Amino acid sequence: MTYEAPLEKHPVNIREVVLGEGEKAQKIGGENTFPFHSFEGSLPNPPGLALEVLDMQPENWATWALDPFKDVSSDPVEWARKGVEEYGAEILCLRLLSTDPMGMDAAPEEAAKTVRKIVDSLNIPLIVLGTGTEDKDSKVLIEVARACSGKNLLLGPVLKGNYQEIAKAALEHGHAIVAQASMDANLTKELNIALCKFFPPEKIVVDPTSSALGYGMEYTFSIIESIKQFGLVDKDKMMQMPVFADIGIECWRTKEARESAEQGILWEATTGMTFLLAGANLVVFRHPEALRLIKSMISY
Amino acid sequence: MALKGAEIMKMLPKTNCKECGCATCFAFAMKLATGGVKLDDCPYIDPEVKAELEGAMAPPMKLVTIGAGQNAMVIGEEEVMFRHEKTFFHEPGIAVLISDKESEPDIDEKLARVKDLRFERIGNVLKVNLLALSNDSGDGGTFETLVKKAYETTDFPFILISEDTDILFSAAAMCADRRPLVYPVTNENVSASIPKLKELGLPAGVKGESLDEVIAVTSQLKDAGVEECVIDPGSRNMLDGIRDQTLIRRAALKKGFRPLGYPTMTFPCFMCRDKYEEALAASALMTKYAGIVVTSLTEKEFIFPLLVHRFNIYSDPRRPMTVEEKVYEVSQPDENSPILISTNYALDFFIVSGAIEEANIPAFLCIKDTGGIGVLAAWTSGKFTGEAIAEFFKKYDVENKVKHKKLIIPGVAKKLKDELEEELPSWEILLGPSEASDIPKFLSEEWKV
Ligand code: B12
Ligand code: SF4
Repeated sequence: MTYEAPLEKHPVNIREVVLGEGEKAQKIGGENTFPFHSFEGSLPNPPGLALEVLDMQPENWATWALDPFKDVSSDPVEWARKGVEEYGAEILCLRLLSTDPMGMDAAPEEAAKTVRKIVDSLNIPLIVLGTGTEDKDSKVLIEVARACSGKNLLLGPVLKGNYQEIAKAALEHGHAIVAQASMDANLTKELNIALCKFFPPEKIVVDPTSSALGYGMEYTFSIIESIKQFGLVDKDKMMQMPVFADIGIECWRTKEARESAEQGILWEATTGMTFLLAGANLVVFRHPEALRLIKSMISY
Repeated sequence: MALKGAEIMKMLPKTNCKECGCATCFAFAMKLATGGVKLDDCPYIDPEVKAELEGAMAPPMKLVTIGAGQNAMVIGEEEVMFRHEKTFFHEPGIAVLISDKESEPDIDEKLARVKDLRFERIGNVLKVNLLALSNDSGDGGTFETLVKKAYETTDFPFILISEDTDILFSAAAMCADRRPLVYPVTNENVSASIPKLKELGLPAGVKGESLDEVIAVTSQLKDAGVEECVIDPGSRNMLDGIRDQTLIRRAALKKGFRPLGYPTMTFPCFMCRDKYEEALAASALMTKYAGIVVTSLTEKEFIFPLLVHRFNIYSDPRRPMTVEEKVYEVSQPDENSPILISTNYALDFFIVSGAIEEANIPAFLCIKDTGGIGVLAAWTSGKFTGEAIAEFFKKYDVENKVKHKKLIIPGVAKKLKDELEEELPSWEILLGPSEASDIPKFLSEEWKV
């Protein structure tokens, strides 16, 4: 029996999505093969690795999760700056936690102001996330879209119940969106189909929702893998959007991450690495050390 | 590769003599294809045809056993490239590397530590499986001392590593009853290794600098009758490792290429610059098909995430882990004890009951069958709603278990509170914490009858 390397070629590409604008803009996606399979296909863009920033003082974070930002955690602009300047983040993910209707319930205008300040002072690609509450998020994200018109932010999560309003505002002001459908590839596809009736597919990133190591990680892993299969192998155009994974929030909730700094960092980095191996194109980390580790390992 | 009944039929005697217990040769062929009968049941198959059929029907990836008895590690016989296509079957072995160049106290400490790397999670024991004993000293006596110590003080299966084939096999002979994996068997030493592997009945850790080299060695072993191999394609960085593992698995599963139809072994211990990277490389290689990962890590903080990772990836996606629906009594509750409710997702049951134990306040824990789905997803899909819980209350006569009427529900299920207030109007519904880890604090501060 003679051996011939069983390489697989796919005649299609995952869509390329641009984040941000200007010099520091970054592209994600664009590959025509599985993650890290540069031996059989092309991966024009490395995965996007984003660092999480909250727009308010975090509560109940493990000391070692907060430590890197302890001195700036009450000021989102300084927090963002430190993330970029000190920890080398090239993409930031701002979570507008202050707008949570069950929490501080801050006004959309307030939140939008913070976003604008960060955009103006750093000008790097920015993901802006609401709290997953459909009606409040649509108010907040529409306001953010307007306040940062033309900055090509990545806005989310866009859900089944609010995709029309948010996507319309994103389209009008030139932003990309994160389309979120929970843990089900068919729901991901349905939402994409609905969106693509009026929204450009090359401005959509999908979020199948993430879960942490030990707390359902295997579900997210398999759903990302199957989305990539549908896109590349079955050539399903509605499954060729880059995949987003918001893992910091999930990982640092766990008791295991709160047990020790080493274990916490590994909890997050392991979850991130696993989703990258499944095919995630954009991953949000909370701990700068977890981000740094992943970055150095995948760019060997 | 699996054969279809019709293909098998062509190779049978076609006399329909019924001696196999089947009405016709065709019926026998169909049953054989699905594993309902054995080839041996037909006494008339030509021996050559039989050998061919056996080869064709064997699983595309060999099952390999390292070690003996209840600690034996069984790897291989995987059937899919992607977990969601079916499931991954045999957890990869995690092997801790110990060198005979380390000092005696270091070795003793390491052995003790490795024995302690056992954790309970959701009713399963997660543990390190193997010791990789490495002859870096180049000295036979030193290596034998290490092997002897590991043999006498632990019951792990071994991987024996030595570049010197004589040293390798004399150490192997010392512990042959524990069925170690001997490594490396290479192009250079394969001829010398074959008689010893056969004599001792051991699996071979095949190493090649390329897949072509691996193929040459496994083919030679197979021809000589050494069936159990584990392949190291020589990759010494994570991304090359992922490439090689992927190609090996694909060649075996999708092309039916026998010379690569074996589980693999990888060496994250030689791929990385620090412990964190090593832990991550090990977990990445396990995700991407490694049959064994050899690591130098022994600290709990680094090994535990790896064990949980393996447990997740090798869990069967065809059935969620569940526990039985009922009212559990945690630490002998009485009529004044609190009542909590959660789902029958195994993880929920174990974390919540664990938290109650930690609180040291006996309680009733109602576990509602949600098909193994956790709180919020179960609520959304109607399996953990006010109505469903009210029914549960009736079915298990919860009302008569205690004197009070207070029910503690998971803090994440805020809307469930309203539903329950409607469905169980005589009950006071207490919204517990969102994280089970806060249950002890919640109970000690808030629980009063
Ligand atoms: C993994 C997952 C799945 C897995 C299921 C895993 C499982 N076995 O449960 C799958 C893929 C099957 C799934 C499916 C769905 N999911 Co889902 N899923 C998740 C995910 C990512 C993690 C959930 C999880 O397992 N958490 C870990 C467990 C341990 O958490 P838990 O059960 O809440 O328990 C914790 C606490 O509540 C507490 N606790 C538990 N019991 C008790 C009891 C008491 C008394 C107390 C005090 C505390 C307490 O302890 C635990 C640890 O702290 C979440 C999003 C997220 N990141 O949280 C979405 C999520 C739960 N899913 C969601 C949805 C909508 C669904 C679907 C209905 C959608 C669909 N695709 O159809 C389906 C329904 C499934 C079904 N067939 O019924 C939504 C729920 C929305 C909501 N109500 O807020 C979520 C929140 C995602 C989202 N943002 O939209 N999902
Ligand atoms: S014993 Fe063999 S020859 Fe006879 S019926 Fe069965 S399969 Fe056919």
